[in-house]
Amino acid sequence: MNYIEHVGKYFMMLFQVFKKPQRRRFFYESLFKEIEELGLKSLGIIMFISFFIGGVIALQTALNVESPFIPKSLIGFAAKRSIILEFAPTFCSIILAGKVGSYITSSIGTMRVTEQIDALEVMGINSLNHLVLPKVIATVFFYPFLISLAMVLGIFGGWVAGVLSGLFSGLDYIEGLQMDFKPFLITYAMIKTLVFAFLIATVPSYHGYYVKGGSIAVGKASTKSVVWTTILIVIFNYFLTQMLLT
Amino acid sequence: MIEVNNLHKGFGDVKILKGISTKFYPGKTSLIIGQSGSGKTVFLKSLIGLHTPEEGFISFDGRINTNFTTEEKRQWRQEIGMVFQGSALFDSQTVEENVMFPLKMFTKKTNSEMLDRVNFVLKRVNLENANKKIPAELSGGMQKRVAIARAIVMNPKYLFCDEPNSGLDPQTAIVIDNLIQEITEEYNITTVINTHDMNSVMEIGEKIIFLKNGLKAWEGSSEDIFKTDNEAVVDFVYSSNLFKKVREAYLNETK
Repeated sequence: MNYIEHVGKYFMMLFQVFKKPQRRRFFYESLFKEIEELGLKSLGIIMFISFFIGGVIALQTALNVESPFIPKSLIGFAAKRSIILEFAPTFCSIILAGKVGSYITSSIGTMRVTEQIDALEVMGINSLNHLVLPKVIATVFFYPFLISLAMVLGIFGGWVAGVLSGLFSGLDYIEGLQMDFKPFLITYAMIKTLVFAFLIATVPSYHGYYVKGGSIAVGKASTKSVVWTTILIVIFNYFLTQMLLT
Repeated sequence: MIEVNNLHKGFGDVKILKGISTKFYPGKTSLIIGQSGSGKTVFLKSLIGLHTPEEGFISFDGRINTNFTTEEKRQWRQEIGMVFQGSALFDSQTVEENVMFPLKMFTKKTNSEMLDRVNFVLKRVNLENANKKIPAELSGGMQKRVAIARAIVMNPKYLFCDEPNSGLDPQTAIVIDNLIQEITEEYNITTVINTHDMNSVMEIGEKIIFLKNGLKAWEGSSEDIFKTDNEAVVDFVYSSNLFKKVREAYLNETK
C-alpha cells in the first residue's frame, strides 16, 4: 500500500472516530481509564527526564558562556527559552510517542488479532469511536498539563544544577528567567503540544487498528507506529514553528 | 429463519464464495464444514454482516440485512450472538464485565437488573463463582463458556459460532457442543456453527452444509452424512480410519 492510500485510510479512520459515542456512561468510563493509562502513568518518566534535562541544558549553557562580557543571567534566559520552546513540547512528545504510542498500538493491535474488535463490530458498536476517541480526548486534554509540568520541572532542574555546581548563582538564573518574557511563547508551545498529542493518539491507533497477522505483526506495527509518530512530530514541529514564529 | 440466496463474495480478483444458497431454521443447530480455504469463515462473516455480499442476499426472518437502515441494523445487531474461535473476550475486563458489556451498551437496565441477568446466563453455562476472574485466569473451555454467556445475554434470535471446539480437549468439546445445542433448543435460536470437528458433526449436526471451493457441495443431516456417496464429503469426513470404521458400523447396522 502506498503512502497516499495510508493517508486516505487514516483520514477515513478519523471520520469514524469523531462520531457521537453510543453510550455516554461508557465513554466517560473509558476516558478516565485512558487518562490514567496515557497520562497519569507517564507523569513519572516526564518528571524525571524534565528535571535532569533541564539541569543539563543549564550546565551546558553555563559551560559555553565563557566571556566575562556576557551576563550570567543569560544562562537562565537561554535555559527557559530552550525548555519552553523545544524541550518540553517536542522532546517530551517524542518520549511520549515511544511510551504511549507503543502501548496504544499493541493494545489495539492485540484486540484486532484476537478478534475482540470483530466482537465489538458484531455487537453493532463503532469500534473506532469506542476505542480511539477516549484516547484522543485523554491525550489532547491531559498533555498540556503534562508538558506544563515538564516546563516547570525543567526550569527548576536548571536552577538546582547551577546552585549545586556553583557555575552560576540562583539569583542570576532567576533574573534570566524573568528577562524578556513573552506569553506567546507559552501559547506556541501549547499549540504544538495539542497537535503532537493528537498525533500520539491517532497514528499509533491507526497502526494498531489495521494490523494483520499475529503477535509478530503487532510488534512490528508498534515499532512502525513509534517511528511514524516521531517523524510526523518532527515535520509538524518544523511547519508549526515556521507558521507561528516567523 | 435465515435464508441465504446466491451469495457471492470475493476480495479483489479472488472469488471466495461463488453462489451459495441455503436456509437455517430456528431451534436447529446447523453446521458448516469444509476444508481450510473452502470459504467457511467468509461465509460466516457474511452472515454476521462483517462482509458485504457482492451478489445475492441474506435475509433474517424476511429482512434483507444489506437493505437495513442504520437503526434497523443496530436493532438487528442486538439479535445476533457470536462466539469467536478464540473466544474474543475483552482481556482487560472481568468475566462479569465481559458478559455485562452488551447489556450496558444497549439496554437501560439498572445495575442490579444487569447483574441478575449476568448471573443467570453464567449459571446457564455452568460457570458460577467466576464473576470476578479475568479471562487469562480461565481455562480454554471456561473462556468458551463465558463467550457463550456473552453471546446469549441479550436473548439473541441468531447464534453464530466460529469453531467453538478449537483448542479444546474432546471431553470439553462435547460439553460445549451440548451446551450450544441445548441453548438453541431452549430459546429457539437459529444457530450456525463453523467447524472442523467431526465429533460435532456426528453429535449435534441437525443440518450440515459442506463447502468446497466456495460452493455448497452437499447438504444434509448427520444421519445423511453416513449414507452419502458424495465423493468430496466422504473424502473429507472419513479421512480418518476411526470415522471410516464408525461409518462402516453404522451402515452394517442399518442394512
